[in-house]
Amino acid sequence: MTGRKEIARALLPLVGVVILLAVWALVNGLRLVDPVLLPSPAATFRTLWEGMVGGKLGVDFVRTVVRTISSTAIAAVIAIPLGILLGSSEKLYRSVEFLIDFFRSTPASAMFPLFLVLFGVGDRTKISVAAFGAGLVILFNVAYGVMNARKTRLLAAKVMGASRTRVLFDVMLLESLPQTFVGLRNGVSLALVIIVVAEMFIGSTDGLGQRVFEAQQLFDMPGMYAAIFAAGALGYALNLLFLLIERRFVHWAGR
Amino acid sequence: MTSAAASMASGLVSGFDESRRTAPHVTIRGLSKRYPDAVIYDNFDFDIPRGKLISVFGPNGCGKSTLINMIAGLVPADAGEVLFDGRPLSRVKFGYVFQNYREALFPWLPAFDNIAYPLKLMGVPKAERKRRVERLVAHLGVKIDLALYPYYLSGGQQQLVSIMRALIVEPEILFLDEPFSALDYEMTLFMREQLQRVFMETRTTTVLVSHDLEEAVYLSDYVLLLSRHPARVVEFVPYDAPRPRTDKTLTESSFVATKAHCLKLFQQEVRRG
Repeated sequence: MTGRKEIARALLPLVGVVILLAVWALVNGLRLVDPVLLPSPAATFRTLWEGMVGGKLGVDFVRTVVRTISSTAIAAVIAIPLGILLGSSEKLYRSVEFLIDFFRSTPASAMFPLFLVLFGVGDRTKISVAAFGAGLVILFNVAYGVMNARKTRLLAAKVMGASRTRVLFDVMLLESLPQTFVGLRNGVSLALVIIVVAEMFIGSTDGLGQRVFEAQQLFDMPGMYAAIFAAGALGYALNLLFLLIERRFVHWAGR
Repeated sequence: MTSAAASMASGLVSGFDESRRTAPHVTIRGLSKRYPDAVIYDNFDFDIPRGKLISVFGPNGCGKSTLINMIAGLVPADAGEVLFDGRPLSRVKFGYVFQNYREALFPWLPAFDNIAYPLKLMGVPKAERKRRVERLVAHLGVKIDLALYPYYLSGGQQQLVSIMRALIVEPEILFLDEPFSALDYEMTLFMREQLQRVFMETRTTTVLVSHDLEEAVYLSDYVLLLSRHPARVVEFVPYDAPRPRTDKTLTESSFVATKAHCLKLFQQEVRRG
């Protein structure tokens, strides 16, 4: 009895997917929308499968993954130490808070022309704009994580005789980890958005953004939908990946 | 005549209490503390006797916690001096137990490593740390799976881990700031026994801030009754029932009388404000 209930519960998230596919197939089957604009689910997923396994879509997928991961990694390497530094002194953070908030609020896509001038047309521009956007998100979260470290925990370390450096490394750093992971997850999502947009519009020959754009230009609708699904799957997978890493390393978060 | 009665009698005769034969452990002189809205301590003097468990009790906001926080260096005093056998705090090994065990323990370390952390700070090698934690566990007869992270333990178990973390350095004085007030009644009763056991095993000078008069009297050798702020000593009430004290102690006439006496003084203070 309970076993059956558990299975039903586990299948619940699939209900929405099934409904979407059913509506899609129905609309397609009844020719409610021009089939050129909306190909059948079967045709779309066939294109997705063939593209991903040995086709060009797979190559583009990998390019986008590499760019997104590199920009997030660069952002993390710069923003995490900087965030810890800023967060460990509230005065220091307050003095640059406006700048961080301002550039965090500036759409990263508005920075494309500037970065094009600085780095030219190529991967360096795409990766650096994405790193810029992701970096600010990570920085802000890390700094807040450090600043909001539980006072009692810091006092406890101090009262046991921990030096300032010990408190920083043994307590503040770990205290800020849950918030750091929030920053990393938001950062990687933003990096993906920026990379895909950059691939569409700044002289790319590969990547998922370029694939979507090119398919649209060629009116290859199954190819376009396939590329969109690939991008969606990538975004979802990256978020899931960081969640799993977070659960592994920040086992105490929320407890 | 029992020895307790004898010492009471001699105390009456000479005006000199048995425990004061030995020099006080902590001397507090001229302690002053002012918050923006109130003077909490103004030229406060007090001696903490050695090897005794004293409870600090008084009206809300009179500065019970502030007192031990100043003695333990968590809150800076505006003026005054606190000496431990003539030495400043920086040269003294002490333990401190917070009310909020959830925020005082490190959730990223298993309970065992939490207890060993002060030793790590002192640079004690890993094998020795392990040995000393195991010795403390055996000494106190603690039955908790210390490989678990704190959030898997009950509130009482977590606070017991906090107390062990404070004891691992073999402190010469132990401070506890309302350590059981976040626990349910059943757990509070259990923890009182644990603390009494710790005290009987180690005889460490212990200062307990409490907001529960029954607990304060039951556990202590003396109850330090503070007035409304600026705090002064209303009375330093001795209670010398033999240990281990049990449920039966709570119904004995000496306990009832001491508690009633403290309550009377406390209520006088509350009304005075």
